[in-house]
Amino acid sequence: MAENSKQTMNDTYETTGIPLLKDSKLSVRNVDVFYGDKQAIFDVNLDIGKNQVISMIGPSGCGKSTFLRCLNRMNDTIDICNVTGEIKLEDQNIYDRSIDVVELRARVGMVFQKPNPFPKSIYENVAYGARIHGLTDNKLELDELVESSLKRCGLWKEVKERLLEPATGLSGGQQQRLCIARAIAVNPEVILMDEPCSALDPIATATVEELIHELSQNFTICIVTHSMQQAARVSQRTAYFHLGKLIEVNDTSVVFTNPKHQLTEEYITGRIG
Amino acid sequence: MNDKATRLAQTLKRRHAAERRFQWYGRLSVAFGVACVLFLFTDIISKGYGAFTQTYIDIEVTFDYETLGLTPDSTETDVKAASFNSLFRNTVRAQYPEVTDRRKQRTLYGLYTTDAPIMLRDMVLRDPSVLGTTQQLTIVADDDIDTYYKHSFGQDLGEGGVIGRVNPQQIALVQQLHDQGRIHKKFNTILFTNGDSRDPELAGIKGAIIGSLLTLLVTLMLSFPIAVATAIYLEEFAPKNRLTEFIEVNINNLAAVPSVIFGLLGLAIFINFFGLPRSVPLVGGLVLTLMTLPTIIISSRASIKAVPPSIREAALGMGASKVQMVMHHVLPLAMPGMLTGTIIGMAQALGETAPLLMIGMVAFIVETPAAITDAATVLPVQIYLWADSPERAFVEKTSAAIMILLAFLIFMNSTAVWLRKRLERRW
Repeated sequence: MAENSKQTMNDTYETTGIPLLKDSKLSVRNVDVFYGDKQAIFDVNLDIGKNQVISMIGPSGCGKSTFLRCLNRMNDTIDICNVTGEIKLEDQNIYDRSIDVVELRARVGMVFQKPNPFPKSIYENVAYGARIHGLTDNKLELDELVESSLKRCGLWKEVKERLLEPATGLSGGQQQRLCIARAIAVNPEVILMDEPCSALDPIATATVEELIHELSQNFTICIVTHSMQQAARVSQRTAYFHLGKLIEVNDTSVVFTNPKHQLTEEYITGRIG
Repeated sequence: MNDKATRLAQTLKRRHAAERRFQWYGRLSVAFGVACVLFLFTDIISKGYGAFTQTYIDIEVTFDYETLGLTPDSTETDVKAASFNSLFRNTVRAQYPEVTDRRKQRTLYGLYTTDAPIMLRDMVLRDPSVLGTTQQLTIVADDDIDTYYKHSFGQDLGEGGVIGRVNPQQIALVQQLHDQGRIHKKFNTILFTNGDSRDPELAGIKGAIIGSLLTLLVTLMLSFPIAVATAIYLEEFAPKNRLTEFIEVNINNLAAVPSVIFGLLGLAIFINFFGLPRSVPLVGGLVLTLMTLPTIIISSRASIKAVPPSIREAALGMGASKVQMVMHHVLPLAMPGMLTGTIIGMAQALGETAPLLMIGMVAFIVETPAAITDAATVLPVQIYLWADSPERAFVEKTSAAIMILLAFLIFMNSTAVWLRKRLERRW
């Protein structure tokens, strides 16, 4: 296997499949990411289509989470992390000096691996984004926003009686859906999800997957996942990362039924990872 | 297999013995600590409880115009100049007509506090209508009489017939007063309402308590905001480089600097350079601020560090700015730890003596300070001053002051625990 990867892992490489699209929401060009001296992402080129779900798969440490965090500049919080290249959100380079990360993150929301609701009430969690961005004019509008966001996540019926209770009292699956509700309450254009179901049981996972499917009507979603079944269930396109390189991108059905690249095939058949 | 079982049995025995031994070390250490604290408390309380009562003597005083040399038309100035000394002495003498010897008469006056005539004068100044009337008064007994009446009264006198600093004549007088029901013990309010005094029976710790409170107020107002701002900046905003590392090392070093050095620093900077007055709570507070800053900074940084990074990510991911992240999420979660650190720092400052000696807060001050620029002393310094005084009655005063200081410390520490429990909502 090591020999195989050596053969295919040259310094210049080409992504197999269809990485570029005509009409894209996010377009990533020549992105390299360094942690200090160590390079974590090598020359990634990828387009992410509007109102599509794209899933990123690959073995642990392949850089898929790092790549995801480039898309809303969460990597800025790590001092030694350095991103080069260009990532455009609708023709605007998000690494441009004129871009404020606050504005960017209001447009590109994020859901994390572990549910991380604020230690405040359910209501405050959902209302937080609207509050800091000043999205509503009065309490009534805010109430409506909280209600509609929770409804879209299918959480309203479960929590409407206890909006003022601590969010940390919810179950893991409910907490994760609350985090999604919190993210969509600011009406972002793109939602990034970093292994959103890895801390959930199968039933909660199914609920969240259903939710992702519904949200894809209105949002562009990038999801990092370890579960290939999940990638197959929720996404239209799939990108396979290996040791910091984007090996193959294609329609999900093609990637899973007919992978073009040897590494992709080895991974999805369970020989790597 | 059998071999393994026996070997295992041997090591198990050894391991269990080691565990038992270790537990006993722990128990002995705890027992030793508890014993020390108990010893300290019983010692202080047994020495100091007496200071909370005070002996008073009833006396009937006629505010006679003639003796005082006053008329109903006399002004305040006249009253101030009037001879209340003679009035008091005449009154006391009149009660014991049989005593004619001058020295023995002096012993009679000495039953009462030396300030008795001044008390009479103050009474007239407060309410001139008492002039010309006869009043039933209760006057504080002299410290020697007080000590004797509280601790040795009724005991069999030894061969010499002398107990402490009380002579047989005084003992007889006290016995007489006791039989007349004119001498009695009351709760010692003077201890809480007076400032310091050279006379133990009139010495109180009000001045020291107010001085301590003012000093702590200055310390709190300065050290809490400065320390919290420093901690937040260093933890959340400052880049990690040589300079911040250097600052960090120095903050930790500062925490280990002996407090007396802060006193010298305060003397050199605040008093000599900036020309602030000596002995005042303002300077005391500034010096104690320097001393408590590292404590609060270190505990604040620890509690900021303890806030889970996932909360920070959640806030940043929502598009909160860094300041919003800190103010909305990190600070509320870190606050209990910060407050605990602050109160512990304050408790440390409350008990600090050495740096305050350096800036002159060791002066003998009778007046209760009213502002942070008034000369004042503080509780631990008051204890130091009283412990140094020769009068026997100051021994129990010292212990009483220690008890009051300890009460404040225990109160502050339990507030810290309560605050932490109260605010620490891990939900």
